[in-house]
Amino acid sequence: MKKRSIVPYGPQHPVLPEPIHLDLVIEDEKIVEAIPSIGFVHRGLESLVQKRDFNQMVYVAERVCGICSFGHGFGYCEAVEKIMGVEVPGRAKYLRTIWFELSRLHSHLLWLGLLADGFGFENLFYQCWRIREKVLDVLELTTGGRVIFSVNKIGGVLKDVDEDMLAAVKDMLDKIELELKPIVKTFREEKTVRSRLDGVGVLTKQQAHDLGCAGPFARASGIKSDMRKMGYAAYGELDFDIITSDVGDSYARCDVRIGELFQSISIIRQAIEKLPTGDIAVPVKGNPDGEAFIRIEQPRGEAVYYVKGTGTPFINRMRVRTPTFANLAGLCETLKGADYADVGLLILTIDPCISCTER
Amino acid sequence: MYKVKKSPWVLHYDGSSCNGCDIEVLACLTPVYDAERFGIVNTGDPMQADILLITGGINSQNEAVVKQLYDQMPRPKVVVAVGVCACTGGIFKDCYNILGGADKVIPVDIYVPGCAARPQAIIDGIVQAVELFEKRLEKHKAYVKKEKEA
Repeated sequence: MKKRSIVPYGPQHPVLPEPIHLDLVIEDEKIVEAIPSIGFVHRGLESLVQKRDFNQMVYVAERVCGICSFGHGFGYCEAVEKIMGVEVPGRAKYLRTIWFELSRLHSHLLWLGLLADGFGFENLFYQCWRIREKVLDVLELTTGGRVIFSVNKIGGVLKDVDEDMLAAVKDMLDKIELELKPIVKTFREEKTVRSRLDGVGVLTKQQAHDLGCAGPFARASGIKSDMRKMGYAAYGELDFDIITSDVGDSYARCDVRIGELFQSISIIRQAIEKLPTGDIAVPVKGNPDGEAFIRIEQPRGEAVYYVKGTGTPFINRMRVRTPTFANLAGLCETLKGADYADVGLLILTIDPCISCTER
Repeated sequence: MYKVKKSPWVLHYDGSSCNGCDIEVLACLTPVYDAERFGIVNTGDPMQADILLITGGINSQNEAVVKQLYDQMPRPKVVVAVGVCACTGGIFKDCYNILGGADKVIPVDIYVPGCAARPQAIIDGIVQAVELFEKRLEKHKAYVKKEKEA
């Protein structure tokens, strides 16, 4: 038997913006096994339900994660609205959809940049983040915040958008669609990029299914699952397809996310076209009594929210299952047999969000 | 060599933040805000870093990590707490696993408020840190010179 050694990876590591620790068992340069240990970002956020009432919890739920913050606030609101039987006005539903897709746009651009940084293409990293700033500018214009928006509330949204803002959003979409083209071409056709991504970390459809992977990571392995097709918010009235790939390697994950960038742009355009007029929120009376279970599609995959209320202002239990937690098992599988030099890149390809996972 | 101004290198560590401040710290380094024009470079190695940017509060698991990172940095060093969580614990102050702000385990020099801290605020914090670092470097050099002569 060849000699085995264990190399610690993280929690503080140049490739990872967030702390996660992996014990890598290696034979020569090949990974035999990867054992993750987590908990560096654990805050105990779910326990705050005992100290904050259900309206204040919206703002706590948004801070589960700063990248997909809109989705977390949205998922929590949907769950409480389901318990209380609140019907959200149409305009609020469409506004939520537009903001959700804008945050997916910025999240995927962020990921593409980090991936480029992961394989050492600084220029591409900066170009992706330059475009991302345009999306953030529009988010700031419409919501008032750059990364944490705080526009959701139980029963609707807090802010309305006017015609000028919608024109600015449309203008931004046209601009970034043009600017994305050369970047996408670089990811798809550049030899140096493809040589780092093609055939690295292959996860078959069966493996992805058995390990319960979620989101673009599972879709890149050929699993056709997208919670947006369940029709929450305004997604039921908008036209889009689930983007999948059958290859299951790192390039497929990159390609699926690039496809979703253009898909988001198309969804936002449709939502702006169909945006109804009317109220943006309905008044909510009483306290939540009962339980609800909500599944939504975050930029990183399927997130599940469970809320249980007992008729007091303080809800009894809130539970979030985040996509990165589902994907960690898949990550450990893809790491097996990979080169040591590819570890950072492979961790990035699941688009890890550690603060979601550990809360 | 002593006449040359040093370019301070920045180490960023995510304590237990929600990512909001982390991506704003990264956004500061990208061309739109370009914090690198102040001569700083982002590094992943604590042993080469002069300024520690810490986001998020301290919890029982990362307490030792933060302390170790601080100890590994060579003197003189400056610590910047980015975001309200790193300053006081912020919205998570009442959580069972949060001990408080970064100053619970390491000395913090500059506090950058905000949830999430805006890039302009972070850049202001970095600029103040660079100034403080230069002052400390002068002191440190004087100390080293004195030690050599003695």
